[in-house]
Amino acid sequence: MESPLAYFKDFFSNGITHSRRIQQKTESPFWVMVRKETGDHIRSWRFIVMLILIVLTFLSSLYVSLSNISKAVANIKDPDRIFIYLKLLTTSDGTMPTFHIFIGFLGPLLGIALGFDAVNAEQNNGTLIRLMAQPVYRDNLLLAKFCGALTLVSVLFLCLALLMLGGGMILTGILPEPVELFRITGFIVLSILYVSFWLSLSILLSVRFRNSATSALTAIGIWLFFTVFYRIIVNLVISAMLPSPDYLQPGDLAWYNDLFQSLRRLAPGQLYTDAATTMLMPSVRSLGPLTMEQMAGAVPSPLPFKESLMIVWPQVTGLLAATMVCFALTYYLFMRREIRT
Amino acid sequence: MESPIIELDGLTKNYGSVKAVDNLCLKIGRGEIFGLLGPNGAGKTTAILMILGLSEPAAGIARVCGVNASSDPIAVKRKVGYMPDSVGFYDDMTALENLMYIGRLNGIAEHEIESRARKTMEIVGLSEEMHKKTSACSRGMKQRLGFADVLIREPEVIILDEPTLGIDPSGVKEFLSLIRRLSRQQGLTVLLSSHHLHQVQQVCDRVGIFVDGRLLVEGDIGTLSRNLFGEESYVVQITIRDPLSAFEEHAEELRKLDGIRNIAVGENTVELSCREDVTPDIVRFFVQKGLNITGVHKKEFGLDEIYHRYFENNQKKHISHGKSTGLFQRFFFKRNNA
Repeated sequence: MESPLAYFKDFFSNGITHSRRIQQKTESPFWVMVRKETGDHIRSWRFIVMLILIVLTFLSSLYVSLSNISKAVANIKDPDRIFIYLKLLTTSDGTMPTFHIFIGFLGPLLGIALGFDAVNAEQNNGTLIRLMAQPVYRDNLLLAKFCGALTLVSVLFLCLALLMLGGGMILTGILPEPVELFRITGFIVLSILYVSFWLSLSILLSVRFRNSATSALTAIGIWLFFTVFYRIIVNLVISAMLPSPDYLQPGDLAWYNDLFQSLRRLAPGQLYTDAATTMLMPSVRSLGPLTMEQMAGAVPSPLPFKESLMIVWPQVTGLLAATMVCFALTYYLFMRREIRT
Repeated sequence: MESPIIELDGLTKNYGSVKAVDNLCLKIGRGEIFGLLGPNGAGKTTAILMILGLSEPAAGIARVCGVNASSDPIAVKRKVGYMPDSVGFYDDMTALENLMYIGRLNGIAEHEIESRARKTMEIVGLSEEMHKKTSACSRGMKQRLGFADVLIREPEVIILDEPTLGIDPSGVKEFLSLIRRLSRQQGLTVLLSSHHLHQVQQVCDRVGIFVDGRLLVEGDIGTLSRNLFGEESYVVQITIRDPLSAFEEHAEELRKLDGIRNIAVGENTVELSCREDVTPDIVRFFVQKGLNITGVHKKEFGLDEIYHRYFENNQKKHISHGKSTGLFQRFFFKRNNA
C-alpha cells in the first residue's frame, strides 16, 4: 500500500477524465452480464458434458438416417421423399430414435443444467449482493441469466443444423430446397423455444429454492414427471372416465378423444414433439384425428410451409406462454426478495 | 451541518413481528467518517441495505446525496460504493477479472479498465495476488478485494459493513488508516459498521451506538469517550481473607474519600468504582481498619468492557422480558441528564 494518495488524487478529483469517461460509449451493464454468463457456461463442465451428449446423439441419429436415406428417398408411397434434408432428420430404421425425439428428451436436461443454480448459487456465494450493489437493475440479472444461456443454446442448435446441411451437401451433392431451409429453421426455433421453457422453469426454481441441489432435483423431478408419468396418469384417468366404447356415439367418442389429446398436450414435451414432427414431415396434415369427410379427396402430398406453420401455431403459442408464465413468476419472486445472505 | 450526504428519517423495517430497525434518524455530512456500532443482529446491515435501496423500509425515508433510495436506487448505487460483510467473488475468475467485471458493470471504458483495476489492486495491497483465482484467496485478501471493488467505482460515499472482519491486526491498522486518508484527501463520506469498538474509535469522526434496531446514542469520539471514561472509569476490587461483617460503617467512611462513587460489598470482596485512580488511598484505608487484604485488582473500564457489560445486561433483559434500560442507556442518559 505505498503512496496511494498520489494515485487517488487524480483518480477521484480529476473532473476531466471523469467527464471523458461518460462521453465514451460503453457497453450497458446488461450486455456485460450476458457476456459473462455466456462465458461462464462455455467454460463450465456441465455444459461440456451436455454438449458431448447432444453432439453424440446428433451424430448417431445422423449416421442411422444416412445409412437408410437411399431406401427412404426411393419409397414412392412417401410424399415427403423429395425433401432429402428433412428425411435426413427424420429417417430411422427403428434402432435409434430420430434427432427431434432425442431433443424432446435431452432438451429439458440442457435447459435445467444451464439454469438450476442461476440465482441461488450467486446468493450462496455472496456475489448476488455484490452485484446488486452496482448500478444495475435487478431484473437485468434475471434477463442476463436467461439470455446468456439462451444464446448458447441457439448457437448450439444452429451449429448442429448447419453441420447437418453442410455434411448432407458434401455427401449427396444436392442443394437444399428453400422450403427445406424454412422448415429446418422453424425446427431450430422450436427447439430453442422448448429448451427456453425448461431454462425459465429451472431459473424460477433457482429463485424459489435457496439450495441449488434442491432446485436441480425439483427440476429433474418435473421433467421426469412429464416424460414418464404424465402419460400414464392421463391414460389411467381417461380409461377410468371412459364408458364402454360400445355404448358411445361417434360424436362422444370424438369428444373423449379430443379431451385425451388436450390433456396430453399439457406436457411441454408433447407440444414439442407434435410441432417438430409437423415441421419436419410436410405430409402431416393434422395433429388431431381427421374425419372421413376431411380425408375424402385429399391428395397425399406435402403441405406448403405456411400450412404446416398454421398447424403448429397453437403448440408454439403454448410453449411460449408456458415460458412467459415461468419467467413472470421468477420476476414476481425475485424483484421484492431480500437478497442478503 | 448543511445538506447532509446521508439523511435517514424515521427509517423502520420489520421482519415479521421483530423490529429490525426502529425509527432510525441520522444525518451524515460530507467528508465525515461515521461508525455504526452494535452487536451482531442489531440491525446494522438492514439499515445499510435500506440506505442503498436494496431493501424497502416499512416506514421512513433514506436520502443519499438528496436522492430517495427506495424510489431511485440506481442513482444512489451510482454514488455509493458498498462492501457487504460477507463479500463473495466468482471463484473461477481471478481477482483481477472479478474486479474488472465490476468495473465494466459500472461503465468504465474498456481501454482503461485493466490499468485502473491494476492500480486499485496496488492500493489495497493485492498486487501480488492479482492473477490468483479467488477461490484460493484467504478471507483477508477477499476483504481487500472487496474494498478494491468499492474504490474502482470512484464513489462519493463509501459504505463498509464490518470491513475489518478477517484481516490480521496489522492489516486492520493499515486498512483503517487507508480509509481515513482517502476520506480526508478526497472528501469521501464513509459509513462503516462494526462491532469492534476500538477499531472504530481509531478512524471515526462520529459514532452511533445501535442496538436492537435503535440508535441509542451518537456523537463524536471525544464526547463519547469522556462520557464513557468520565465517571466509572476505574473499578477496584479488593479481596479480604476473612468474611466481611459489619462493613457498613467502614463503607460510610470510605464514601467520604475523594473520587469514590459506588461501593458494592460481597461476601469477602469489596468493589469500588471511582472517578480517578485512588487505589493507594483505598488500600491504606483498609490497612488502617485492620482488614487483611489478600488481593487488589484494578479493572479498567474500556469501551470493550462497557460494551461487554451492556450485552450481558441485554441478554438478561431478554430473558426476563423486563426493563429496557441496559447499562449503556443508563450510562448515556444519566450523563445527558446531568
